[in-house]
Amino acid sequence: MSLIFDHVSYTYSPDTAYEVAALNDINLKIDDGEFIGIIGHTGSGKSTLAQHMNGLIRATAGSIYYNGQDIYDKGYKLKDLRTQVGMVFQYPENQLFGTTVFEDVCFGPKNQGLDEKEVSLRAFEALRAVKLPEEYAETSPFDLSGGQKRRVAIAGVLAMKPAYLILDEPTAGLDPAGREEILGLIKELHDKKGTTVILVSHSMEDVANYVDRIVVMEHGGILYDGTPREVFHYCKELEEIGLAAPQVTYLMHDLKKIGFHVDTDITTVPEARDAILRALGRKE
Amino acid sequence: MFRNMTLGQYYPADSILHRLDPRTKLFGTLIFIISIFIVDSVPGMLVIAAFLGAVIIISKVPFSFMVKGIRGIVVLLMIAGLFNLFLTPGDKILFHFGILTITDAGLKSATLMTIRMIVLIIGTSVMTLTTTPNSLTDGLEKGLRFLTVFRVPVHEISMMMSIALRFIPILIEETDKIMKAQMARGADFESGGIFQKAKSMVPILVPLFVSAFRRANDLALAMEARCYNGGDGRTNMKPLKYAGIDAISYVCIFVFLGTCIAAKVLL
Repeated sequence: MSLIFDHVSYTYSPDTAYEVAALNDINLKIDDGEFIGIIGHTGSGKSTLAQHMNGLIRATAGSIYYNGQDIYDKGYKLKDLRTQVGMVFQYPENQLFGTTVFEDVCFGPKNQGLDEKEVSLRAFEALRAVKLPEEYAETSPFDLSGGQKRRVAIAGVLAMKPAYLILDEPTAGLDPAGREEILGLIKELHDKKGTTVILVSHSMEDVANYVDRIVVMEHGGILYDGTPREVFHYCKELEEIGLAAPQVTYLMHDLKKIGFHVDTDITTVPEARDAILRALGRKE
Repeated sequence: MFRNMTLGQYYPADSILHRLDPRTKLFGTLIFIISIFIVDSVPGMLVIAAFLGAVIIISKVPFSFMVKGIRGIVVLLMIAGLFNLFLTPGDKILFHFGILTITDAGLKSATLMTIRMIVLIIGTSVMTLTTTPNSLTDGLEKGLRFLTVFRVPVHEISMMMSIALRFIPILIEETDKIMKAQMARGADFESGGIFQKAKSMVPILVPLFVSAFRRANDLALAMEARCYNGGDGRTNMKPLKYAGIDAISYVCIFVFLGTCIAAKVLL
């Protein structure tokens, strides 16, 4: 099982005065069980790329294969693909519409054509997965706080039990505690249920702490593709395109400059802690 | 899908027409419409069409964009043309078959009417294609300021217009986003009967209304925070100013009107 992009290009409003090339010859293979971060600054094409993954946008050139099937084939059911590849948009709380939280979460599984019992089961399961207390199920989603609304929206996608989960800036506009909560939730999904997660973000810290592989987008193309260590090794080049490495990476660079023997490719705080202790010759 | 929709159909290009003051363009269009109805001879109409052709060339907007506006009213044009052609009574009968009769007067009025409609639509399109909706409202506000004497709230109306215009693309984008999000959750907007389709719009309309009200509220707060309290004594960041090219345009417009009146009297 995998998701493959084969020479995919996309142009907004082709053949008009507003023509903009958003994606440029993308080749990408995402395997089952991966935890991928897609980073790039505004307008680099990362959201456009994400929307190709479940067929919401049709590429102007190239093909996309999900589990070996061309999703642009005539008989291919895009509706099925969308339940397999779930997508959580930016500010997903703006898409809530149900009179109750429960009704809203049921929307996805209902569209899948499941029977009523299965729909409710899945809805409750999803609400539990996002750690929303059960007593909220019968309240209006518009009465909840921002972070709670977002969790309801994510539950709405989880209720479809997608094998792939794409999240476009899931932590935008949340406070640090809210960010940790959402990202922890996503990590749990990946680790326990084996969901393939594609995290679109421009927070280097978020990406470095959670993902196994990073894809860097720039001008509609893929600039780097590798593990966080490999990608953040290019911190100078990343800065040139308006991105940056995580703060700890810079700290390690500075430490090295003043004479400590530390690894400069470190991307997370726990790694940094161990490296510094080692450099000081101490265990704890 | 909504990206292809051009609002106010503005076509960005760098031409004399694009740079003209919106008031000049509004006034010019008004005179153009008046002259279309002054002239009632086919050769006079052709002169107007030639003038329009020259303006189109100056505007640097591809002709295909101009014709787009006509496509929508082809049926209307045909019906009106045919009614004029067959139902106008006249002295000379040119063609007769069953109940269908074409007279010389009918042929003339059908031709005139069709050209008139086409020229009218293309003529007004030239203005909307070369002027952004916002500068159009600016032009209207300035141009209609004299109405304040009659207690018409010109500034408020134009402010409402520009806010509405400003919000259309935002709401379109929002709709597009919400639609995609619901499609990602398996929503289907195409199949089913009319009731099914109407019901399937609920997941789009509810979030759209919520966001529209939120945005309106935010905007009102932001305006109040900047002490906005209406039109009296407000200045503009980019005040409209007539340039030399506008004077030349006004001369052209009046010469054109004069020619049309002369054509009417002499021909």
